Amino acid sequence: MTPVAAVVYLALTPEPGDDIWSHLVSTVLPDYIITTVGLMIGVGIGTVLIGVSAAWLVTMCRFPGRRIFEWAMLLPMAMPAYVIAYVYTDILEYAGPVQGMLREMFGWQTGRDYWFPEIRSLGGAISMMTLVLYPYVYLLSRAAFLEQSIGVLEASRVLGRGPWHGFFTVALPLARPGIVIGLSLVLMETLNDFGTVDFFAVNTFSLGIFDVWMNMSNVSGAAQLATVLLLFVALLVLSERYARRKQRFHNTSSKYQALPGLRLRGKLGLLAMTICALPVLLGFVLPTWILIEYAVQYFDPLLASEIAGYAWNSIKLSLLAGGLAVVVAIVIAYSVRIRGGQVLTSLSRLASLGYAVPGAVLAVGVMNVLGPLDNSIDAYSRETFGISTGLIFSGTIAAVTFGYLVRFLALSLGTVEAGLGKITPNMDGAARSLGHGALSTMRRVHMPLMRTSVLTAVMLVFVDCMKELPMTTILRPFNFQTLATFVHQYASDEQLGEAALAALSIVGVGILPVILLSYAIARSRPGHGQVMARPRQKNKMSKGSR
Amino acid sequence: MDGLHIHGVHHAYGDTKVLQGISLTVPAGELVCLLGPSGCGKTTLLRLAAGLERLQAGSIAIDEKVVAGDGVKVLPEHRRVGYMFQDYALFPHLDVTDNIMFGLFRWSGEEAKARTAEVLRQVGLEQHAHKFPHTLSGGQQQRVALARAIAPKPRLVLLDEPFSGLDTNMRVRIREQTLNVLKEAGVATLMVTHDPEEAMYMADRIKVMGEGGNVLQSGRPTEIYYQPVDEYVARLFGPVNEIVTEARGREVKTPFGVVPARDYADGDRVKVLIRPESFSLSNAANGSNSRRVEVSASHLLGDSSLVEFRLADQLDDSENQLFKVQIPGNFDPLDHTRVWIGLAPEDAFVFAGD
Repeated sequence: MTPVAAVVYLALTPEPGDDIWSHLVSTVLPDYIITTVGLMIGVGIGTVLIGVSAAWLVTMCRFPGRRIFEWAMLLPMAMPAYVIAYVYTDILEYAGPVQGMLREMFGWQTGRDYWFPEIRSLGGAISMMTLVLYPYVYLLSRAAFLEQSIGVLEASRVLGRGPWHGFFTVALPLARPGIVIGLSLVLMETLNDFGTVDFFAVNTFSLGIFDVWMNMSNVSGAAQLATVLLLFVALLVLSERYARRKQRFHNTSSKYQALPGLRLRGKLGLLAMTICALPVLLGFVLPTWILIEYAVQYFDPLLASEIAGYAWNSIKLSLLAGGLAVVVAIVIAYSVRIRGGQVLTSLSRLASLGYAVPGAVLAVGVMNVLGPLDNSIDAYSRETFGISTGLIFSGTIAAVTFGYLVRFLALSLGTVEAGLGKITPNMDGAARSLGHGALSTMRRVHMPLMRTSVLTAVMLVFVDCMKELPMTTILRPFNFQTLATFVHQYASDEQLGEAALAALSIVGVGILPVILLSYAIARSRPGHGQVMARPRQKNKMSKGSR
Repeated sequence: MDGLHIHGVHHAYGDTKVLQGISLTVPAGELVCLLGPSGCGKTTLLRLAAGLERLQAGSIAIDEKVVAGDGVKVLPEHRRVGYMFQDYALFPHLDVTDNIMFGLFRWSGEEAKARTAEVLRQVGLEQHAHKFPHTLSGGQQQRVALARAIAPKPRLVLLDEPFSGLDTNMRVRIREQTLNVLKEAGVATLMVTHDPEEAMYMADRIKVMGEGGNVLQSGRPTEIYYQPVDEYVARLFGPVNEIVTEARGREVKTPFGVVPARDYADGDRVKVLIRPESFSLSNAANGSNSRRVEVSASHLLGDSSLVEFRLADQLDDSENQLFKVQIPGNFDPLDHTRVWIGLAPEDAFVFAGD
């Protein structure tokens, strides 16, 4: 949390001469606000429409391909928004194949002869983000639909309502908390996005922060923008917490039966298939295919070995951050478990807020925490040893890792806590009273039971670090490339062909958690699978994987 | 004397006092039951005995050795106590055999295997030895937990609501088997429950605990049932008939005859409590404490009937209350059937009125 505090502090105490707040307010700020809000509304509506309808169809209806869509709907999650943005720009821009084909078919000569939507626009950014972010809404509303006891839906049928009416009056309101949580995750990701808006030149806050910092070299101004952005985030976090609070009182009936499986035949079945297939095709299959084509077409051993080097950078960084995040998460989770206590618990809540803070804001904060730290270490060492240490943290791998850690600690903490939650305090008691000391209990009970969640946590953080762009861009050492920064640099220069291989690697890594999630969601339905398992032992994966 | 000795234990969570001066003794081979409402600190007492909770005041000794109190704190793993948790707390990553072997790590391989086979046979789970806990039914999980607790031959067994997770039929079977296993082991056992019937069935001695975390009465099951010390204990075993009146001449007059009330002076308000099963019902007058009434309803409960009546010839409203009688067998009267209700004076409990 220190970086966030640093941002707010910096924003409130601008250096004289550096204070461009009034300038910002009179020039770009209104634009930033309107664009950011517009983007959020657009992406919000889009993801809820796609996510909820797909979740409902897949959960409650039976149509051809349903079982495949159950997990395939998650695939676009593997696709970073910036990658899909590069791909679609490439095929939809004036010189791209689609417009070229249209011109050929209709004999148009120039762009003045016809109208074609400009992909590099606010609308384009909304479409791109909707296509890759809807899985969050899908995932959480599907979990909500699955958890709903079929009893309430049957009650609605018995009371004389048709199945569609039941959807709008019973299922949807009951699933609302889940949908709100999914939506707030989507909006957090939207605020965090840098690659897409940078490429499309859509002036959102994240972009503004970069602009003010990098191009105007004005740290206070960047911090001030970041603080405004933090207000948006605080609102999102509050609404998400509010939704979770209500979610507790959910299951009114404890009877779980097989879901009804409303059969959709003929045209209806086709329609359902189309609704589910379109987002997957556009959000994953098509861009992946294009990337593969490019990767093959532009394959060059020299470039490939260069990319391998960047990949190794990415993997090193991500593994380091993943490992660290899990170690810190275990320490926090265990202190909370052993000491309990209000303070520790709220500290752990605070630590997990990092995920909601956009990368650009965190980057500003991390720089301003590590900078002074470096300076004071340097001063101390010069005073005592007469040696200048220079900058130890700033602009090194340590800075990037620290940024990753702050941002993704929530992921590992959630997963580790969920894993630890499965080990009831009574299991500790049982082991102790059976003659095993604290260490032996740890080794023989905790470690085997925690292994899966620890590995899951490492993997989740690893994958998100591989994709991370804004913080890496700001905090990385000079001339240090990761896969993500490499893709961003080349694709921004309209050299998608060269970047394709690296982009594909990121997508490939991103598939891992998708597989894990689909496996978890298949097992997460209460009263499903383990026949005799009592409710308190039910799989808590869905919480850990946000 | 071997067994568990608890002396003057107080315990509080923050400002909430959950145990107030509890002392009790469980000799080897005996089963003592703590009977009380949920939240009265029963489980805390078990956790203190096992060493899972830090003792705040008092002392606890097992087999004449102080394990907590007087500056001593023996860790749970060194107390040789078998604990059966309410949620069983079976290790989900170990199968039945490994769960039981978990406490036998100091035994030689051969002995441990033999002991595991022995306890598995005792609880009747030989054919489930290699199943994982989540594939077992609630009753089977309960028996694995019991087997695991007794396998290392503990000096003391603690049972926390051992049958609360089971349905009625299963509960009757399992508690019979559990009692046999414990008696066979001959170990001191302290059990907590909120179910009076369960306590009556299992216990050699019962300690009734109140909401305040103090012991209200202790004694053999028959003493608790037939000589309750106060209204709370009397009402533990289900709804009772209540008559509010005044004492006169060391006696109380009731519609069912005179009941002795030695502790009360003339004019004291008293409450007379009569269990539904304490009344007798017959077709003819039966001694002086007998009264003729008209039956207003009868419900068959299975092996017994609940008969309701009013004191028909009393027009006074306060006297015209509904009484309930529980008698064995099926009683299926015609409308307006009149019967004789009898009461043995010693079966009515007299306590101070409000």
